Amino acid sequence: MDTGHRRVGDQPWVRRTLIGIALLVAMFMLVIPVVVIFAEAFSAGWSTFAGNVTDEYTVHAIGLTLFVAALTVPLNLVFGTALAWSVTRFRFPGRKLLITLIDIPFAVSPVIAGLLYLLLYGRNGWLGGWLASHDVQLMFSWPGIVMVTVFVTCPFVARELIPLMQQQGSEEEEAGVVLGASGWRIFRKITLPNIKWALIYGVVLTNARAVGEFGAVSVVSGNVRGETNTLPLHVELLYQDYNVVGAFASASLLAAIAMLTLVVKAFVEWRQSRPIVSTPEKEVS
Amino acid sequence: MSASANSGVGPVRRFSGRSKRVLPGFGLSLGISLFFVSLVLLLPLSGLVVETSGMGWDQFWFTITDSRVVESYKVTLWTALAASVFNGFFGLLLAWILVRYEFPGKRIVDAFVDLPFALPTAVAGITLATLFAQNGWYGQWLAKLGVEVAFTPLGIVVAMAFTSIPFVVRTVQPVLEELSPADEEAAVSLGASDGRVFRKVIFPSLWPALVTGVALSFTRSLGEFGAIIFIAGNTPYVSEVTSLMVFIRLQEYDYAAASAIASVVLLASLVLLFAINLWQGRYLRRLEGR
Repeated sequence: MDTGHRRVGDQPWVRRTLIGIALLVAMFMLVIPVVVIFAEAFSAGWSTFAGNVTDEYTVHAIGLTLFVAALTVPLNLVFGTALAWSVTRFRFPGRKLLITLIDIPFAVSPVIAGLLYLLLYGRNGWLGGWLASHDVQLMFSWPGIVMVTVFVTCPFVARELIPLMQQQGSEEEEAGVVLGASGWRIFRKITLPNIKWALIYGVVLTNARAVGEFGAVSVVSGNVRGETNTLPLHVELLYQDYNVVGAFASASLLAAIAMLTLVVKAFVEWRQSRPIVSTPEKEVS
Repeated sequence: MSASANSGVGPVRRFSGRSKRVLPGFGLSLGISLFFVSLVLLLPLSGLVVETSGMGWDQFWFTITDSRVVESYKVTLWTALAASVFNGFFGLLLAWILVRYEFPGKRIVDAFVDLPFALPTAVAGITLATLFAQNGWYGQWLAKLGVEVAFTPLGIVVAMAFTSIPFVVRTVQPVLEELSPADEEAAVSLGASDGRVFRKVIFPSLWPALVTGVALSFTRSLGEFGAIIFIAGNTPYVSEVTSLMVFIRLQEYDYAAASAIASVVLLASLVLLFAINLWQGRYLRRLEGR
């Protein structure tokens, strides 16, 4: 930063003031909240924490939450990849509309997402009535929880892949076609290695949101302790019961998943930034 | 998948445009996408339309203009506005220091920006409620200044600002990174003050992204529920947000009223979403997809 190429805000006092203010606010807004989660969870000692997370209902909530995520993530992985492939590798009428449509879950309030499914598949809904007459109950049981979680998390994988695949272009895959490779082989050998890290981050993000969804799940779950209670709902239940330490013990598990998500993201960004520097033959499309 | 992935190979050129469709998988990938979008997104949305259209206009209007509901619109709108304006300033500041300066711990701060997206909203809710409670880490200091946050509309602003701050940072950051230094250096070397260069050179290329980020933050805040209900106190006419009104009507098994109120919120959010996308398409082509 010599004087010949000085840019705005380069003076030391401006730099220090701006960094200082930003770090102070970031600390109060982002860092201390995480500290408080773990501080509260362990505030009554390790053994209480261990007792809280091995409590019968907590263990059930953890199991249900993992089960929901295990069903949601693969579904959205397939959908997100298919959608990204179709909108970045082909031009067709309605392509822009499709890209906008998958943003809907970002804009819709989670409570409304739950309501939408309740209206359709609930006992009085037009599909739910028919299902009920066949003894199928989706709402207020785990299938309903899975359905709203799929709704809420469906944009994440596609949103990670679309910008990357657009930027990479399709020359490499087209070369594969010319050389006579099958579609599946092209996807596995050319596309997948290129989008691997974005795909992983998309999955991690989907998982974080699937594990943590509260509003939508709360509408369709019925909150039966030990049956349809997911971990975020369990946190709420304990908190409303004035069992703050117990609530934070469960919350700390969710916070740990969130922290892991951030670590994976930082790692993925680091991996993605490397090849661009190291391979000069990388074409710009 | 392996067998059917090949089914798209061949003469899939129905809408042949500029680019020839040489790659396989068009039929399969678009098929999956359309099936999924219809089943997961569009079908449930149509259920809401059916439910509200069965209500009759008078009852619909009566439900959505109920005084308690109207108060919830007002509370939601002004708190979301306050939160997104705060995020506009602070998000820009954070993006600025992350792009322009080097300092120890920068990567960690950068990673922490995404925390509100990764942390479940219920966890954020109980954490903020605990921090801002009368005896909490923040609450006891704020109480001495006579500021009450927990169980007031101010708590709603805090919760909304927390959950939506990443939108502003992540929208502004790439634009700041791509800003060409040439104009800026020229202006500085010609003797213009930093403030002037920021206003005249940097801000004009920055503000479309800033507006997008703030609008995204606002849209998210309008629908926020989990983080808010723990800290808001949920006093009728004072600190109830509209998504909570929908939730309350649902718990009363009044699905019609819940749907009517939801349709108002949904319409507002969808209009905002489409407006943001159009805006991005026009002013932020390089941001497409982000």
